[in-house]
Amino acid sequence: MASLARVRLAGRAMPRTHLASSPALALSRRGVATTADTTQLQGALPESATEPFTLKLHEDSFQSYLCDTPSLDVSITKDELLTMYKQMQTMRRMEMAADALYKAKMIRGFCHLAIGQEAVSVGMEHGIDPNDRVITGYRCHPFAVLRGGTIKGVLGELLGRQAGMSNGKGGSMHIFTPTFFGGNGIVGAQVPVGAGAAFAQKYRGEKNCTFAMYGDGASNQGQVFEAFNMAKLWNLPTIFVCENNNGRSSNTQYFTRGDRIPGIQVNGMDIIAATQAVKYARNWAVDQDNGPLLLEFVTYRYGGHSMSDPGTTYRTREEVQRMRSTQDPIRGLQRYLEEWGIATEQDLKKLDKEAKAEVDKAVEEAKALKDLWTDIYYKGTEPTSMRGREREEVPLLLNAPLTSLRRLGVSGLSVERGWCRVLGVGA
Amino acid sequence: MNVYQAVRDAMATAMAKDDSAVVFGEDVAFGGVFRCTMGLAEEFGKERVFNTPLTEQGIAGFGIGMAAMGHTAIAEIQFADYIFPAFDQLVNEAAKIRYRSGNSFNVGALTVRTPTMAVGHGGLYHSQSPEGFFMGAAGLKVVIPRSPIQAKGLLLGSIRDPNPVIFMEPKILYRSAVEQVPIDDYELPLGKAEILVPGQDLTLLTWGTPVYHCETAMHVLSNPAPELESLIPQSMRGVKIELIDLRSILPWDMETIVESVNRTGRLVIVHEAGMTGGVGGEIASEIQKRCFLKLNAPVRRVTGWDVPVGLQYEKFHIPDAIRVVDAMIETLTY
Repeated sequence: MASLARVRLAGRAMPRTHLASSPALALSRRGVATTADTTQLQGALPESATEPFTLKLHEDSFQSYLCDTPSLDVSITKDELLTMYKQMQTMRRMEMAADALYKAKMIRGFCHLAIGQEAVSVGMEHGIDPNDRVITGYRCHPFAVLRGGTIKGVLGELLGRQAGMSNGKGGSMHIFTPTFFGGNGIVGAQVPVGAGAAFAQKYRGEKNCTFAMYGDGASNQGQVFEAFNMAKLWNLPTIFVCENNNGRSSNTQYFTRGDRIPGIQVNGMDIIAATQAVKYARNWAVDQDNGPLLLEFVTYRYGGHSMSDPGTTYRTREEVQRMRSTQDPIRGLQRYLEEWGIATEQDLKKLDKEAKAEVDKAVEEAKALKDLWTDIYYKGTEPTSMRGREREEVPLLLNAPLTSLRRLGVSGLSVERGWCRVLGVGA
Repeated sequence: MNVYQAVRDAMATAMAKDDSAVVFGEDVAFGGVFRCTMGLAEEFGKERVFNTPLTEQGIAGFGIGMAAMGHTAIAEIQFADYIFPAFDQLVNEAAKIRYRSGNSFNVGALTVRTPTMAVGHGGLYHSQSPEGFFMGAAGLKVVIPRSPIQAKGLLLGSIRDPNPVIFMEPKILYRSAVEQVPIDDYELPLGKAEILVPGQDLTLLTWGTPVYHCETAMHVLSNPAPELESLIPQSMRGVKIELIDLRSILPWDMETIVESVNRTGRLVIVHEAGMTGGVGGEIASEIQKRCFLKLNAPVRRVTGWDVPVGLQYEKFHIPDAIRVVDAMIETLTY
């Protein structure tokens, strides 16, 4: 299975004929493993849920450029593994809820889901410090929750409701927490911003770093290279994180593209490998003060690029299905937990149910209250009336005395016809 | 003090009082091409005043990241003509971050300084006036000072304003405008125009370098040289022109301009950028709406031509005193 996964990367890098004519190149393009279930338990499992034990990662979990690879020996506890499982399951449930709400036409506009990439978002959170900063592109929902937000806040934002973390004004790509500088709609624009945030951390002498994330698509943006250069020039604690879920560039070895910035390619489907790589990066930039590092997570997105992309024009349904059934990060972790005797199938089903219940509750809460009437005028300069768009946005006016409607310049007739679309302020 | 010294003084004042304030841009550690950052690196250290690569988009994005962390970021884009690579970061990131984050983040501590307008021989990429391109970027402020006193007060106001500000310095004034500038810390308000000469017959509105051409034009109108005397009607000698420096381009001080035009009934707008899509069009449109019944003549714009700024004959490209005089006579005799 591991070898199959490795060929996948090479195969997508260039047309088959080209590959066949240059076997040496094909070999050099081999990537890391993208298996989710090849980590081995070392020694005996402790009784306590909080006592660390050792795991051994697959030897092809990492590839490095200008630096050593992270250790394959991982110290972890039962509790941490169970938390990872629950969080990945919750994140997937949230994205699935967003998918359903979008298809029900309750979420409009752009929406990019990260189903299949849970090992990266959750794995990152287990490797970093709460005060580290994260900034990413438009595929941002899980990070917003894991960095201190709520599922209700994310879904409310997608729905354009007041419960949203940006009061429903930002939408899918624009969600922030104090340590998460948001999703960003402009491809690649967040990367130099992340370098600036890292500079501020260094300037203040904080023992923290900034993870500036982008996708393989954004990796060709000029400003990504501008940010690489500044970060290396000034030795900033910036971890550039490329989530490679597609891989179409002249050089698909994204971890090598930082020029003099060392890089590590990581199996982004195994959450234990992902966490290990993030810990390594933190140590590199913060404890060792070695400057920037590039992390490439080789991962896989089950859905299309966005809701309007079926995701099957540039890859086959069979490929997606194979990844789902053989290399799913959640199923992989599930298998570890069961095989190593950390949890039973029933235990995990219970966690699944809890995740579903948590998301379902958040969906209902998020649906409440639209908030269209704020953030338009500077406080104290609001006009006496504002117009709405839809019939249900005018109910208070329809019940208002006719005199006050006349004062607003509304004729009774047009109100009765229901399309006058005027709303009194303070309503 | 001249303008570049006043700008330097403002930055030194800001840095002395705010430990988080840093100045960065292309060549700023060496003093910058217009000497605006002379000696700042020596005074405040190379950690706080540093050169960047030639990376305008990166500079803007980097400044946004710093400002989002609560740092005072004073970035320099070496020429306003080079601000276009940074346009995406400024318009899409800096301007919108407060709104799109539900006010949980802002980059109010970001100020982008950049030299603007014609210098006599700048040519295509050293003489442009790009302020009009930012008019639609709600969330940004755009400020253009006319003199050293104004430059220091407005720059300090911009650095401390809770919104990201693009501060455009008319480059020909760096050395040519000299005033007694207070060495104290003082701020001038953003979003407020200033009536330089009160009058009741015509409002002459401008900003930056053309303030001086307009002043000359007013003298020509009231007291023409003998060779121009025959071309300027006798009735023009006694007219009272109201000269206004807009100072803040975004948001522009609608209240002051509307009040003035309601009194004078006539408006001439002068700017160096081309007419099409220029700031003048926006102001003219709003004034004809708000002062329609008070206007005695159409709002007139005197601007650069709608062509790239050529290297030669720049003097004929920008609106000079004679073109302003001509527009005022036409408007007054409409």
